This record gives sequence, C-alpha cells and structure tokens, in this order.
Amino acid sequence: MSGYVEGVIILIGINIIAVLGVSILTGFTRLFSFGNAGFMAIGAYASAILTTKFNMPFLISLLGGMLMAALISLALGKLTLGLKGDYFLITTLGFGECTRVLIEFLDPITGGARGYAGIPQKTTLLIVLISVALAITVARNLLNSKYGRNLKAIREQEIAADAVGIDTARFKQLSFTVSAIYAGWAGALFAHYYMFITPAMFNLDKSSELTITVVIGGLGSLTGSVIATTVLTLLPEVLRSVANYRMLFYGIAVVLIITLRPNGLMGYKELSASWIKNLPIQVRRMFRCRKEVA
Amino acid sequence: MFVQQLVNGVSIGGIYALMATGYALIYSLLGFSNWAHGDVAMLGAYIGFLCVAAVKMPFWLSALTALLGAGAISIMNERLAYRRIRRNNAPTMFLMIAAMGLSVTFQNMVIVFLGPKFRTYPPVIPVKSISLGSIKIGVLDMFSMIIVIIAMMLLELLITKTKFGLAIRAASSNMITASLMGINIDFYITLVFLLAGSLAGAGGVLLGLKYTVYPQMGNVSLKAFIASVFGGLGSVRGAIVGAFLIGIMEVFVSGFITSGLRDLFTFGLLIAILLIKPSGLFGIDIQDKA
Repeated sequence: MSGYVEGVIILIGINIIAVLGVSILTGFTRLFSFGNAGFMAIGAYASAILTTKFNMPFLISLLGGMLMAALISLALGKLTLGLKGDYFLITTLGFGECTRVLIEFLDPITGGARGYAGIPQKTTLLIVLISVALAITVARNLLNSKYGRNLKAIREQEIAADAVGIDTARFKQLSFTVSAIYAGWAGALFAHYYMFITPAMFNLDKSSELTITVVIGGLGSLTGSVIATTVLTLLPEVLRSVANYRMLFYGIAVVLIITLRPNGLMGYKELSASWIKNLPIQVRRMFRCRKEVA
Repeated sequence: MFVQQLVNGVSIGGIYALMATGYALIYSLLGFSNWAHGDVAMLGAYIGFLCVAAVKMPFWLSALTALLGAGAISIMNERLAYRRIRRNNAPTMFLMIAAMGLSVTFQNMVIVFLGPKFRTYPPVIPVKSISLGSIKIGVLDMFSMIIVIIAMMLLELLITKTKFGLAIRAASSNMITASLMGINIDFYITLVFLLAGSLAGAGGVLLGLKYTVYPQMGNVSLKAFIASVFGGLGSVRGAIVGAFLIGIMEVFVSGFITSGLRDLFTFGLLIAILLIKPSGLFGIDIQDKA
C-alpha cells in the first residue's frame, strides 16, 4: 500500500474517533459542545510532552493524553453541566478558546503559537485500525447498555428522565467525559502521526467541523457518523479542485439538512444486517408514501 | 494613562454593544443564541467596504447600504432556516446547529468569492485625534461613540415607547399568548431580525473602520455574546452595560497585564458569571426581558 493511501486511512481513522466522541455527546445526549477541539489539543499536547520530555512508551503517552482530557472534562463538567443548552454551549466554547490561548501563552512548555515539533512518529496504520475498532465497539456497547439508554432518555426529555429516577447530572457527566476521552485519544494519535502540532490546528473551526460531520451523518447514529467522516475526509482528497470549497459546502449542507431533513444521512438508525435486508421494503414503502401524498 | 485606557475601552465597548443588543433581542424572542449574528456584522462590513472602495459611493450612502444589506441577510436567515425549524417543533439545539452552519457558510463564502485577505477601508474619516487635556480621542472613536449612543437611545425608545416595542415585549414574555392577543408574531420576528441585523451591520462597519475587514472578523461577536450573557441573556439594557464593561476590561487587561491573555480573561469572566449568577446583571425575572 502506498504511503499516501495509508496516510488517508490514518487520517480517516483519527477523525472517526474524534467524531464518535461528538456523536455520543450531541447525537445521543443532545448536549451541543464547541469544546471538543480543546480536548483534542489537550490529548495531543499531553501525549506529545510525555513522549518527548519523559521518554514514555507510546501506549503510556496515549493513555496519558486520554486521562488528561478526562480529568479536565470532569472538572469542567462539574462546573458547567448544570447550565442549560445555550449557557453550556458558550462555556464549552470559552473552554476551547481558553485552551488555545493558554497553550499559546505557556511558551516554555508547549512551544507557544509556533507549535510543538520533534514528536516521534509512532502512530501506525495498525494502531489506528485497532483504535478505531476499539472506539466503535466501546461506543456501541456503551450506547446499548443501561447507561446508553439513560443517555437517550435524557436526549428525548430531560425532565421526564429525571422524573423516572435517572441521575441526569451523573449521566451527562459520563457522556461529556467519554466524549472528551475520545477527543483526547484522537488528539494523541494525531500528534504522533503528524509529528508537529500547533494550537491553531485545534481552533473553533475544528470543533465546528466535528459537529458538522455528526449532523451530516445523522444525529443519534454511530454508523452515520462513521460513514460521514469517511466520505467527508475522502472528498477533498479525491476531488482536489473542490478542496477550497470544502467548508462552504459543509456549511450549506448543514443548514439544508437541519432545516429539511434533520435526521441526516442515517438519523437514529444503525447500519446492520437486518437493516440491509429490510432496505428494499423500506425503499418501496417510502415511494408508496410519496405516491399517496401526491 | 488610566483615563486614556478607559476612553479606549468605552470606544470598543460601544461596538460590542451594537452587536450584543441584537443578540439579546433575538434571544429574548426565540430563546436561542444566534451564532450567525457576528457573520451578519462581517457581511455588513464587507458590503460597506465594497460600496466605498469598489463602487466609489459616498461614505454615508455606503454605510446605509451596509445597514440595509445586513438587515436583509439577517431576515433571510430567519426566513430560510430558523422559521422552518420552529415550524417543525424541533429542539432548540437544531436552531443553534443551523446558526453554526450559516456562520460557516458565510465565512467561507467570503473566503471563496472575495479572498481571505485583510482589507482596510479607504480613509473616509480623518485619522486625527482631539486632545482633551492629557487624553486623546480619535475622531473615528468619537464618531462611533456618537453613532452608538444615538442607536442605543433610539432602541430604548423603540422598545419602551412604541407599539412595536410593546408587541415584542409581549411576544418575548409569552409567544402563544401574544399571538392570541392578535400580534402577528412572524411579522414582528422579521422586524426584530431586521433591527438586529442592521445594528450588527453598523457594528461591523465601525469595526472595519477602526481595524480591518476580514472573513473571520465576525468571531468578535463572541465578545458581544459574552456581554449579553454578562448583562443577562435577553435583556437589552443588560447587554449594553455588559458590552461596555467587557470592552473596558479587555483594554485594561491588554494595557496593564498582557494582550496575550486578554481573551482568557474574557472567557474566564464568562465562566465565573455563569457559575456565580447565571441570570447575569439584569436578567432577574421575566418582566425584565427586552
């Protein structure tokens, strides 16, 4: 396999992990966050520092990056998860920006705005594939467990979920921390693949991009998120000429999807064997509906 | 030095106030933060810039075009995206996602069609300053302060004294009841978007005159948003006070500590307010809305 194809696959894998984190948070718990790029930055910088300054093996720095993101998300969640939709969103946004500004400011440790160079390349195709498989399995099992059902209950009606005895604060925290761990994971892999990171790589646009991918894939669908990430990462690679228009298309696509078809590509459904088997029936049903309406 | 910094802070705070009031108006009616608001301001600044620099219109006409253009774009956002989502009875999160999508669209539209370059307005307002004792006030700052004060006074009169103000106060208190009382909600929401968009357009033009015009300049509206949270989301008066306080704080942090940490202080303040008093300075009870 050529290095280029390998690179693209690694990039898709890293993006999938980051997007899955947002998918759990936004798609399954209906918490809208602009802070995930901040958690990616924390994972990337923490793991890079562990590898280069403390000579840790890759696995330890990977776990260190995830742990750092988790700890910070615990502290931040404790402070902000009690706030309602808009307020929570703004604090995550503030957190993301603060992270970036702090990394730029702590020049002696992080290299400031110039970036952090000299990270050894340790992320290989195999590690990314294992990571993606692990990330998908964990997310799927989490969402199909009692915990996942509680998250979905919070998504549908927070007050009702509270009333039937779900500790909403605790489960929102769980969702937030898992999402941060995924972001930190993706960040650590990213740092050890590109060998050079700058704070500007993890700005507000990156957070928006993650959310946009989840919305296009369909809120509440892991397979949707995976498919959307793959397509959206491949698109600018395959069609080089549209690469400049990439973000413009994303923006328009999100507005169209959220106004016309809020379920996105795969909203609230998962791709499975039975789904594929039922596909012809569903398509027929869809057309029949259309005719009846007409 | 101290008074000089205070003057600078008030001057930037005034521009934040123009944007923050629009945020507050829309929040008080629809209950969501309109992220695309800053990008409407950015588009306003570009419209003004293109009119002055490319079409060579006189400045006052360009500014007027920018205000109306920004207002029209704001209405378009409401008509094409927000209204449909409201009709679907979708969760508020969808409105925020749509606003984020619009913001990404506008920024990249400008990047693709006009280029990512920083542009400066031609010198339409003399770059001079007036000395009052030891304090220097730029002519431009003076001009923008006058515009801000006039706009805020008109807005205050509009909200407290006119039928339009009564209608939107009623609607922000309870939209369904208001519509039962014969208020045409959609019409007034459109008007509010026009008003908020025009205010943002004015803010954008003033910001462009003071600094430069570039596709990401709308992100400055985050500060305006923090200002409106500081003053109490949905409270127009609170937004004005919050905007001035934030402008002054920013200038003081960059002047006396370091400009690198300016944004950290602003966002730190935001988190602190939300933890201590999430309703903000003026957002105490429902009667205080708008």
